[in-house]
Amino acid sequence: MTEFIVVTSGKGGVGKTTSSASVAVGLAKRGKKVAVIDFDVGLRNLDLIMGCERRVVYDFVNVIHQECTLKQALIKDKRYDNLHVLAASQTRDKEALTKDGVERVLNELKDEGFDYVVCDSPAGIEKGAFLAMYFADRAIVVVNPEVSSVRDSDRILGLLSSKTRRAETGAEPIVQHLLLTRYNPTRVAAGDMMSIDDVKEILGIEVLGVIPESEGVLAASNAGVPVILDETSNAGHAYDDAVARLLGDVRPMRFLEAPKKGILSRLFGS
Amino acid sequence: MGLFDFLRGSPKQTASIAKERLRIIVAQERSARGSPDYLPLLRRELLEVIRKYVNVDQEAVDIQVKRDGDHEVLDLTVTLPDKSSAAAAAAAAAREG
Ligand SMILES: Nc1ncnc2c1ncn2[C@@H]1O[C@H](COP(=O)(O)OP(=O)(O)OP(=O)(O)O)[C@@H](O)[C@H]1O
Ligand SMILES: [Mg+2]
Repeated sequence: MTEFIVVTSGKGGVGKTTSSASVAVGLAKRGKKVAVIDFDVGLRNLDLIMGCERRVVYDFVNVIHQECTLKQALIKDKRYDNLHVLAASQTRDKEALTKDGVERVLNELKDEGFDYVVCDSPAGIEKGAFLAMYFADRAIVVVNPEVSSVRDSDRILGLLSSKTRRAETGAEPIVQHLLLTRYNPTRVAAGDMMSIDDVKEILGIEVLGVIPESEGVLAASNAGVPVILDETSNAGHAYDDAVARLLGDVRPMRFLEAPKKGILSRLFGS
Repeated sequence: MGLFDFLRGSPKQTASIAKERLRIIVAQERSARGSPDYLPLLRRELLEVIRKYVNVDQEAVDIQVKRDGDHEVLDLTVTLPDKSSAAAAAAAAAREG
């Protein structure tokens, strides 16, 4: 059985691509056969975060338009043989994706025996975002603890339960999770940022993980090594926990507390 | 919070404001989802009619379609201004005459 997972948000820049890359790697690390697809046509970025930008020859749109085979376009990850990247096209416009074309590619991945296909959605609610979520079995809604992001994710939750294949055919609904990213426990403690409980209460769905705001994320994208592989980064550990939970493990949330400060920094602020 | 922050006067704790605003807008947007397209226009026209009689503000009219057993109910709430501001508004209207 192949599971299609969409990583989506509505609002831009909240951490979808960062999360897609780390979730895909986390699943591959556990031995699953994984493909991760960049649906952000015109703004290819997943290849950079995955560190395979120089090996892109053919892309998702080429496969859809049958200008190459799926095999030719899948880029095998250097770290895990069972992980493949399908890059977005940089040159084509958003209209280059079609529903039939996307369905054909996804079916082919299913026939190839992939366990998971992670779909990195573009921001917004236009065609690319719509197609990234349409065939999903599971949705990871990436949200920052900030008003516009939370409101947009609720909009996305509405679309997931009405404008997708599962909704239209009356099948079992898409499994929905929240992934709270760029969480800053110090600011939460100060009352400047909404907490995990606040966001959970407003949106009313289960939280898969909380990824702290972390310098490790920038370092990871600089290096083209998804942050989940950085043993020294809290964000990496938090992504690893999230992937474990996705596979059914029960793990307590970590990194929700502000780091303890010394007496000096408590006196003088940070 | 450090001593300097304390001396500066503590910043407002805005997270609870954000949460309260979101709670309201999300509930409102959820109930609008899947409800008839004419609701926003109906709301605007009702607001105009009500304003001929009472000076209420933009947020005073709340319309929701609710389910009651197997039929739908149009639930309309109009919040009237409190007495003092209504009187002030009436006085202002009279002055403008
Ligand atoms: N936990 C984090 N800590 C610090 N920075 C982060 C974190 N998560 C994401 N970022 C940074 O936020 C920026 C946006 O991240 P990313 O590209 O993953 O978002 P996106 O949702 O895919 O954006 P878009 O909507 O443009 O596709 C990047 O610069 C990334 O490094
Ligand atoms: Mg992205």
